[in-house]
Amino acid sequence: MRPGTLRLLALLPLWMFLAGAAPIGLITQLSQARIDINTTFRGAELLVFGAIQYPRGQAPDEPPDIAVVVRGPAAPVTVRRKQRIAGVWVNAQAVRFESVPGFYAAAATRPIADLADERTTAIYEIGIRNLQLSPVSSAGDATLRAFESGLIAARQRAGLFTERPGGVELTRDVLYAARIALPAAVPVGDYAAEIHLIRDGRVLASTSAPFVIDKSGFERWVYVNAQEHSLAYGLSAVAAALLAGALAAAVTRRR
Amino acid sequence: MDLYLPIAEMSVNALVIILLGAGVGFLSGMFGVGGGFLTTPLLIFYGIPPAVAVASSATQITGSSVSGALAYLERGQVDVKMGGVLVAGGVLGAGLGQIIFRLLQDIGQIDIVISLIYVLFLTVIGGLMLRDAVAALLAARAGQPLPGRGRRHLPWVAALPWRMRFPRSGLYISPLAPLGLGALVGVLTVIMGIGGGFIMVPAMVYVLGMRAQAVVGTSLFQIIFVTAATTLLHATASKTVDIVLALMLLVGGVVGAQFGVRAAQAMPPDRLRLALALLVLGVAARLAFGLTLTPAEPFALFEGA
Repeated sequence: MRPGTLRLLALLPLWMFLAGAAPIGLITQLSQARIDINTTFRGAELLVFGAIQYPRGQAPDEPPDIAVVVRGPAAPVTVRRKQRIAGVWVNAQAVRFESVPGFYAAAATRPIADLADERTTAIYEIGIRNLQLSPVSSAGDATLRAFESGLIAARQRAGLFTERPGGVELTRDVLYAARIALPAAVPVGDYAAEIHLIRDGRVLASTSAPFVIDKSGFERWVYVNAQEHSLAYGLSAVAAALLAGALAAAVTRRR
Repeated sequence: MDLYLPIAEMSVNALVIILLGAGVGFLSGMFGVGGGFLTTPLLIFYGIPPAVAVASSATQITGSSVSGALAYLERGQVDVKMGGVLVAGGVLGAGLGQIIFRLLQDIGQIDIVISLIYVLFLTVIGGLMLRDAVAALLAARAGQPLPGRGRRHLPWVAALPWRMRFPRSGLYISPLAPLGLGALVGVLTVIMGIGGGFIMVPAMVYVLGMRAQAVVGTSLFQIIFVTAATTLLHATASKTVDIVLALMLLVGGVVGAQFGVRAAQAMPPDRLRLALALLVLGVAARLAFGLTLTPAEPFALFEGA
């Protein structure tokens, strides 16, 4: 972007203010800012809710659409296709995807395809098919698509990629709420919930709220020790196993 | 009861894992094998990541071998000198195995190689055991004593230099042979998450020609140290030891083993060996079938690789 354009863009809010047309806005809140994974963690539900701020507080006759996207930390993933070699299925061709979110959930007031055109949903990465997974491979487009479908299908089976048209409820055209199911297998890390307000196929407002999923208590203690004091962790694992074994021997011999 | 495993990063049904440990413990108490060759495939089948299954299974074996080794030690049926040589070889092998493990992980073939090695070893050993068990059963039926097997080691073992005495084992052989055997089993311990007793015991008898009384105790003795070294290697290099998983397996295993020992006493030993041979061959066949079966899902994901 040229500096001149940037300057013009910076003037935009001022112009809007002067024109008296305060832009449509979004207020957002999450049910939890932090989700703890403890011993009995079996998944969780995140409630993303908030309100639409209309200029001069008047809701239009035709309510806008809301899309909620929740995504987890991105990491590279290598997808390998099994191939039969000498009667045995081995992992053959591989495609590496540089940035795959560990969790991705999209919910909207309508089917994603009806919200806006493909270009717009692709820019905001609304919908699983619009994720930019950045494949690295010299393989052709058809192959890449097949691998991408394989990756998405595997994540969907694990409940880590979800898409729910109609997953956002709109109350009196002002309040919105979406329930996002987080399965037990969610990766830990920094998450973000993005909320987009869409009307006539254009994104008019966006906001985002961060949250954290982390292990807590005993799980965290074990995990941190395994990562940071791995030798001590290994030694105590051996000691615990030896102790448990010796204890069992003592108990059974007394009988 | 659901329990979240801190290292495997997944929620498992604790009851299923404990029962799995108990089932394998029952078989190991019954047949006198460690059962690692059953635990690892079963854990992978349950959905535990292979790397975590292999590492945690090694930790569990450390614990489950202690009571047996202590009992044999009290009766003087452990050749500590022979065990020491085997452990030295085993630790070398474990180090080498760790390098191979990493390499296979990097090229994405670890799960297939694990399965292939399992099929190979289980078929060979199951076949040998089946042959012996059938021969013994036939001989018993005909009322003849089993043709005595000369307790002698293989010719190439005798040809190795620097022979030394292992009085408890009744051997005068080069330590290179047990060192090499220990190293081989050490590699397998790291890659497959097994104690290796089901390879070590026949090898001690047929390759080294050890005195039968010292075989099982010495094997258990070396298993403790090699699986402990393996746990340390996995804990520091791949950070895949899940202590919660290992302890759950251990609890089930200890209880199951008691019932297994009791069940074994009610069964004639030849039948027992036949049953074990069939079990080993069954696991091999199941794994071989899985390798050749067209997979329902042709794509496999490798995170962070």
